[in-house]
Amino acid sequence: MRTGAVWSGRVFIGLWPPLLFGVAFLALWEAFVLLRDIEPFVLPKPSAIFEQVRLNFDPILEATRSTGTNALVGLALGLVAGLMAALLASRLRPLEELLTPLSAAAAAIPIVALTPILNTMFSSTSSTPRRLIVLVYVFFPIFVNTLKGLRQIDPVHAELMRSYAASPWTVTRIVRLPRALPFFFTGLKIASAGAVIAAIVSEYFGGLQQGLGPAITSAAAASAYPRAWAIVCAAIALGLAFYLVAVLAERLAMPWQRPQGETT
Amino acid sequence: MSAPRPPAVALEGVGKRFGTGATAVDALTRIDLTVAAGEFVALIGPSGCGKSTLLRIVGDLIAPTDGAVRVNGKSARQARLDQDYGIAFQSAGLLEWRTVQGNVELPLALHGLGRAKRRAQARELLELVGLGDFGAHRPSQLSGGMQQRVAIARALARRPALLLMDEPFGALDEMTRERMQSELIRICAETSAAVVFVTHSIPEAVFLSQRVVVMSPRPGRITQVVDVPLGARDEDTREADQFYATITDVREALRGRAREASP
Repeated sequence: MRTGAVWSGRVFIGLWPPLLFGVAFLALWEAFVLLRDIEPFVLPKPSAIFEQVRLNFDPILEATRSTGTNALVGLALGLVAGLMAALLASRLRPLEELLTPLSAAAAAIPIVALTPILNTMFSSTSSTPRRLIVLVYVFFPIFVNTLKGLRQIDPVHAELMRSYAASPWTVTRIVRLPRALPFFFTGLKIASAGAVIAAIVSEYFGGLQQGLGPAITSAAAASAYPRAWAIVCAAIALGLAFYLVAVLAERLAMPWQRPQGETT
Repeated sequence: MSAPRPPAVALEGVGKRFGTGATAVDALTRIDLTVAAGEFVALIGPSGCGKSTLLRIVGDLIAPTDGAVRVNGKSARQARLDQDYGIAFQSAGLLEWRTVQGNVELPLALHGLGRAKRRAQARELLELVGLGDFGAHRPSQLSGGMQQRVAIARALARRPALLLMDEPFGALDEMTRERMQSELIRICAETSAAVVFVTHSIPEAVFLSQRVVVMSPRPGRITQVVDVPLGARDEDTREADQFYATITDVREALRGRAREASP
């Protein structure tokens, strides 16, 4: 497929500078630790961290899967809730006046404080509190961005739809929703990386002993600092994976927004 | 043809006032105008004379403050609900997330036409405006003139008895503009739709229409209606003496107010 080739070629070129920078950075780090003879509990060598990733691959993968599932379920729920709320708020002004301050309040909830409360509410052997934390975190960026997009309408499109005697719901479906897509994806990109962070933070307040958060804690408690760093790397990779999936979804959902020169 | 067709547009004492009290502005006053079925009428006048407002009143996009509006023998609202008119604006206003074909199909889809039927009709319409090969393109891949053709195809999709056009060629360069005018003449001959065409350009008004309605601002009103005694139009029309004579008539009608005012 020509499009695919062009696309991946572009991504490949775009990946070169950060990749080069990353490799150079790791090399400098390694050299710095070696030359200055720094203790591993202060700063381990990258090679030691990678060694730990290799040695503990299965348990790290398991912890990543556990955290990733919570982040994914919470993200999906928050996405549906934020989208629905934005759709309703864009149609009914009283609802908008109710939901906007409420969602701002939800964004201001310190999730750190909410976690122990939810843990008590739902027994600490359940993943539900962690998923709810992610939901709360994700809701706001999705809601606010999508609502902003739904409110933008080209006056010509508005007049055109009126000339078609289109119902408000039809206008939403035909014009407002596609127009809101770029705004929605801006929200999703913020939410997707944040979902992973929220999922990990929620693991620090008791409850189940699975996931990346408890794994980092127990490694650090055992003074296994390179292993703790290895798990942090897994957390970064997970957050990056969420973000990249959001970026990919954005490109697939809006083929008309491809940069000039690319065709469908 | 069976029964005589009702006039495409009949306006009686139409007025539009924006705002209330001391700050109220009379956008239009006492507009009387009848456009026969199949007739091409241009509205011309300086900015602020209310010609675009008048077009929107005919299309029931805004409501008049006074007077009666009949479109195709019905109330303006009923005509809109029945999709008796198609409309095109200065900006093509295509939905950039739909293909060209998808844009033309939109009014047909909203009317509940089946997939195969609307596909065939949209293809036919695109042929009519000379874009038969561009159905799969995105609007952003088309030039301004081509986008405006798509907008015209879309306006014609329901085979309306009336076409409302608000400076549709206003943003195009002169060459494209003239070509589009000739295209529009041909398309109107093929569809026998009446047209109300808002423009700033005197030659455009004269070339296209059978009557030119001259308007003036503050308050917006019709000052004169100039008949255009040109037969079938072709490229030679643009060079004809009668074409220039009529342009002079319209220009003088537009200046009428200034002439009256000077002592």
